[in-house]
Amino acid sequence: MNSKTQNKIAIGALYGIAGFVVLILLALLGYILVSGMPQLSWHFLTAPAKAFLKGGGVGVQLFNSFYLLFLAMLISFPIALGAAIYLYEYAKDNWLTTTIRTAIEILSSLPSVVVGLFGFLFFVVKLRLGFSILSGAFALTFFNLPLLTRSIEDSLRTISETQREGGLALGLSRWETVTKVILPAAVPSILTGVILSAGRVFGEAAALIYTAGQSAPALNFMDWNPFNISSPLNPMRPAETLAVHIWKINSEGIMPDAKAISSGSSAVLVLAILIFNFAARYLGKRLYKRLTSA
Amino acid sequence: MLTSNDVRNESAMQERHVTQLSAVGEEIILSTRNLHVFYGQHEALFEGDLEFANHKITALIGPSGSGKSTFLRSLNRMNDRIATVTGEIMYRGVDVNQPAIDVYEMRRRVGMVFQRPNPFAKSIYDNIAFALQLRGVTDRHQLDEIVETSLKQAALWEQVKDDLNKSALALSGGQAQRLCIARAIAVKPDILLLDEPASALDPVSTSQLEDTLLDLKQKYTIIIVTHNMQQAARISDYTAFFNAGRVLEYDTTSQIFTNPQVKITSDYVSGNFG
Repeated sequence: MNSKTQNKIAIGALYGIAGFVVLILLALLGYILVSGMPQLSWHFLTAPAKAFLKGGGVGVQLFNSFYLLFLAMLISFPIALGAAIYLYEYAKDNWLTTTIRTAIEILSSLPSVVVGLFGFLFFVVKLRLGFSILSGAFALTFFNLPLLTRSIEDSLRTISETQREGGLALGLSRWETVTKVILPAAVPSILTGVILSAGRVFGEAAALIYTAGQSAPALNFMDWNPFNISSPLNPMRPAETLAVHIWKINSEGIMPDAKAISSGSSAVLVLAILIFNFAARYLGKRLYKRLTSA
Repeated sequence: MLTSNDVRNESAMQERHVTQLSAVGEEIILSTRNLHVFYGQHEALFEGDLEFANHKITALIGPSGSGKSTFLRSLNRMNDRIATVTGEIMYRGVDVNQPAIDVYEMRRRVGMVFQRPNPFAKSIYDNIAFALQLRGVTDRHQLDEIVETSLKQAALWEQVKDDLNKSALALSGGQAQRLCIARAIAVKPDILLLDEPASALDPVSTSQLEDTLLDLKQKYTIIIVTHNMQQAARISDYTAFFNAGRVLEYDTTSQIFTNPQVKITSDYVSGNFG
């Protein structure tokens, strides 16, 4: 067999494998969207869920998902940013940073159900936060922190070393160089990382089942006082998210239209994550243009 | 077999010819004594004792790995985090290679331009202005003025004066390098260190850059590392020849290129090795 034929076979095989992967993905997405899209309506997206009757929506779950995502990001982003800056810009390579990096790696490969059960024992039981948005947000922080730290560190790594030298050579301190030269240049890629990790957090269920709980008490969307129990903003209330809702309907749903609701919820979830991904790309590019060609 | 120690002893016995510029009546702005640089266990610079004359261009030449860039980067302590530098670096009578020195303040007096143009991902204006803003220069008129003079001194003003708000990343290599020079002189340094500033540029940009450096000599002391022998001959007043981590010869540029005292220097400048 000459090398030309070999090459053709290799290319053919690679195309085949790539095509197979794309096919699986399209089939999965197609199935979810085709069976879920017909369920979607304004009513479905805004109405509260019903436990026994037909016609429930996912309004509360949808809100819970976003609120939880917001809180989890609010907690994890500053920590991840600080950790990444320390690890990449300041820390020298020694046993301490090696230990931290190993810890981050192990943490990022923890099964999310383990994170959830840890969150249950520690936040829900030990710290007496109960099944609440706050417990869920803390659990998601544990889940999200390693991935986000890694992605921010990677963003910093893409900024050339010559930029740091340039800053230092002007007499800027290392901190000034990081905050005024490196971070602005890295913002688009950091933002992309944040949005992509938001997609992962948004779809997370296992870590939330035992922390944010599986019930979604009706909310009064006119009441924005975070201390009232029926206020959407109250972080101490139990909050079933969309992903948890899907899991729950499929395992113990007794409403007559359980299958339809599950399909609709899945479609909403997949659409939201698709939007996150496209938004990440679009915003990253836009921001990069804005920041570099002011 | 030669060990690194043998090589060292051998080079220690080599003939050397290092002129003391203070002895020939030059005003000395920067000098080094017993400068040694270690990367971990590896010693990259064994001895760099040089005096630099005020408002002159000094070229550092020598083969790759001879320690000239290491030496240059030590002068404004850019090697702090990656190497150990021992010895004295006397800048206007103060040893700046000691822990008590405010290294950030020192780098504002001893600026640096690198091999690859490294404009920041900001507008042309901000590339120059933002370091000043961080130092408390907030008056818009004053900033405008400094930006304009710096760009004029770096011979870039005419080309970019209408595009000050455009991204510096869109500049060509030669323009970007001159922006880096403008950025460096905007903080009003005494000394400008240049590490092969033209190695990434085409011949036309290189010759423009050389003209710029000759103009800048009126105001600044320039120390330039270059691999380009003609460049050293064209623009510098003094030339130091580095080999294997030592300064082997230091004299006026015309001496180095027409009548070198050390055999290796003569081999190098005539293109027989390196």
